[in-house]
Amino acid sequence: METATAKRYPEVWRRRTPRETALGWLWTAAVAFAAAWSVSALDIEWAFFADAHVQAFDLASRMWPPRWSYLPVIVRPLIETIHIATLGTAIAVVLSVPLAFLAARNTTANELTWAIGRALLVASRSVNTVIWGLLFVAIFGPGPVAGIVAVAARSVGFLAKLVAEAIEEADRGPIEAVEATGAGTAQVYLVAILPQVMPILIGTTVYRWDINVRESSVLGFVGAGGIGLYLYASINQFAWQQVLVVLVAILVIVMASEALSAYVRARIS
Amino acid sequence: MTAAAYPNTWRPPAFFGSRRRQRLVITGFVLYFVWSIFDLNVDVERVLAGLSRALDIFARMVPPDFARWELLLTGMAESLQMALAATLAGVLLSVPLGLAAARNLAPRPLYLAARGFIVLGRTLHEIIIAIFFVKLFGFGPVAGLLTLAFASGIFLGKMLAEDIENTRLGPVEAVRATGAGFGQTVVYSIVPQVLARTVGVIIYRLDANVRHSTVIGIVGAGGIGQTLSASFSRYDYDFSLAILLCIIALVALGEWFSDWVRRKLR
Amino acid sequence: MEGLEAESRRATAVGPRPLLTVEALTKVYPGGQRALDDVTLAVERPEVVAIIGSSGAGKSTLIRCINRLVEPTAGHIRLGELDLVGLSRRELRRARRRIGMIFQEFNLVERLTVMENVLSGRLGSVGFFASLVRRFPPQDITGAYGLLDRVGLAGYQDTRADALSGGQRQRVGIARALMQNPDLLLVDEPTASLDPKTARQIMRLIRELATERHRPALVNIHDVALAQAFSDRVIGLKSGQVVFDGPPTALTPAVLTDIYGEEDWSQTIRRSDDDEAPP
Repeated sequence: METATAKRYPEVWRRRTPRETALGWLWTAAVAFAAAWSVSALDIEWAFFADAHVQAFDLASRMWPPRWSYLPVIVRPLIETIHIATLGTAIAVVLSVPLAFLAARNTTANELTWAIGRALLVASRSVNTVIWGLLFVAIFGPGPVAGIVAVAARSVGFLAKLVAEAIEEADRGPIEAVEATGAGTAQVYLVAILPQVMPILIGTTVYRWDINVRESSVLGFVGAGGIGLYLYASINQFAWQQVLVVLVAILVIVMASEALSAYVRARIS
Repeated sequence: MTAAAYPNTWRPPAFFGSRRRQRLVITGFVLYFVWSIFDLNVDVERVLAGLSRALDIFARMVPPDFARWELLLTGMAESLQMALAATLAGVLLSVPLGLAAARNLAPRPLYLAARGFIVLGRTLHEIIIAIFFVKLFGFGPVAGLLTLAFASGIFLGKMLAEDIENTRLGPVEAVRATGAGFGQTVVYSIVPQVLARTVGVIIYRLDANVRHSTVIGIVGAGGIGQTLSASFSRYDYDFSLAILLCIIALVALGEWFSDWVRRKLR
Repeated sequence: MEGLEAESRRATAVGPRPLLTVEALTKVYPGGQRALDDVTLAVERPEVVAIIGSSGAGKSTLIRCINRLVEPTAGHIRLGELDLVGLSRRELRRARRRIGMIFQEFNLVERLTVMENVLSGRLGSVGFFASLVRRFPPQDITGAYGLLDRVGLAGYQDTRADALSGGQRQRVGIARALMQNPDLLLVDEPTASLDPKTARQIMRLIRELATERHRPALVNIHDVALAQAFSDRVIGLKSGQVVFDGPPTALTPAVLTDIYGEEDWSQTIRRSDDDEAPP
């Protein structure tokens, strides 16, 4: 009698539908396959790992004690590293604003200009600063100019992407109001949109500057100026005690610029 | 008439507090830029010469040369393999590191050591780390793999530590209160909290590894970067452009994939 | 402060010809929604015209079609002799400079100062570079100070718009519109984002300024009491059509029922009668 009146509830409950379960297994299989493929194809010589820790220890011991007398030599390249980051960022800011307006859906002129803007964004962002350095060293010859242009080339896309997103999310109201006064298109961008995206532009610029200090520390590897050249040279001469000094110096400037950037960003927001 | 005399000039208020401070800041920036340009000893003649050389190089780049597509494909595959394997190795490395760097879990000395390690590792550029692995393991993708694995382990370890520190204890207590064992508690209360975010972070790191895998070849750590570097040193500019286009495509694809997966997870 | 051109414009403005004529105006949105259906009206003297109607009746579309923030589907809009429909972008910009607009959400540029917001009403008369370095003609600056004083914001020129209260923001919005020295004021729900007391103050200010300057104002407003208190003429819209056009005193319960649908209107009407007389 009780069973007759009781509602019948299902006895099985599954969190996922069979389709979801199958998809889950498919993903797992894909990850496993990718792992197996990548590890096997890399042809790793496992024997190398056997004495790796011995070698690493050996390397570390040869770095000690650091040769502090090398420090005066690298002061100028360290300053140069920061110059490269700052000037490159400055150029990038100037170029990124028009690029952002070109690549934002609501401010670009037509489909073609939008596509050009997007293509420039993707190209700038997808090529690493050091690879840009390789290209600009070929053009300008070795030295900080190639480094500055490389930093600018990579940062333009980074800044413009975030600013373009901010433009697309800008409040329509003020734009409409300034349009209604009969202002020209450029004036509408200047007066109604630019102030709205200014905080993003400034914050991102400061953030990118400290990334650029880190990037500039290795531009010397391809001959694009800065401290990297000295690190590379010291390693190639097996001057490990110098290497340690350079590493410490790089750590100091990168961490200092990170702290400065974080401080400035906290102040302005 | 009797109309009040209103001023006929107006200047926007100073951005940096007072007008004096604003002038000071602006002058400071200008002076810095002037100093830095002079300090760098920029050779204007060489820059101008570079502009015409840029045209020359550009002319030699176009059209891109895909004739050696096998070499190109090998390099791209190697980059991708390094990125994939390094992400997996990074996940494995991140677990002990993340546990050690979680303030609410690890003993104080271990926590400080792990945090110090993370800070050091994050500050040094991947290429610097790569050059050491090249010195230890010789040229080739193994050095690259280890570089990316090292960087991934540190990045993911830091994220894991923050996740552990931010885990809400309410659900943990609720599940434990039902009499669940340790394993059951973890599966039912901690895993659901961190799983989606963790997968998102790992995918993001995979994307970052793809980007970095294209560049560490510059110091001989394998991948497409090595091919690119070689093509530049041989003035094979049309092949260089082909490689650059492939890198752009690979990185853009990686970013799109990463965005797609993370959107799905949300 | 006003040039010859403005003087002559005023001469024509108070002349016998209609200031604004809207003929057979129709707007169909891409979704097929018919927001305005054959609307015809004329404003022949400087008067405050309240446009009432329930939400979705087409009030906002009508106002926005007049300066073509919304593109009309068919019909004509004449400002003086000029037909605004069919103007090129360049000509439209020139025409918009003659039409001041005040918005419900104020639509100030939040991160700019009050002065910059007011001066943005003069953007049409300065070049791009001048607007970049904020260099406006001295008579514009004087005019802006005067307007700020008039709307009760003297001394606020350096305050950023996001630091103002709602009523103050709307005063800046009014000053910006008047900075254009417009031939016509379009006002879109000026009080919907304000508390009742501020709403009355703002409506009174709009009315006073329109009267002082002999300019007609078209005011969208959903509050019938406010419409009655501060307008010379009321136009009722329903489903995109004009269903009433007459003096505020002619708004009887029967008329309101026609515009809005069945409701007890005695309270609304009595309250507006109790209010102080419009200035």
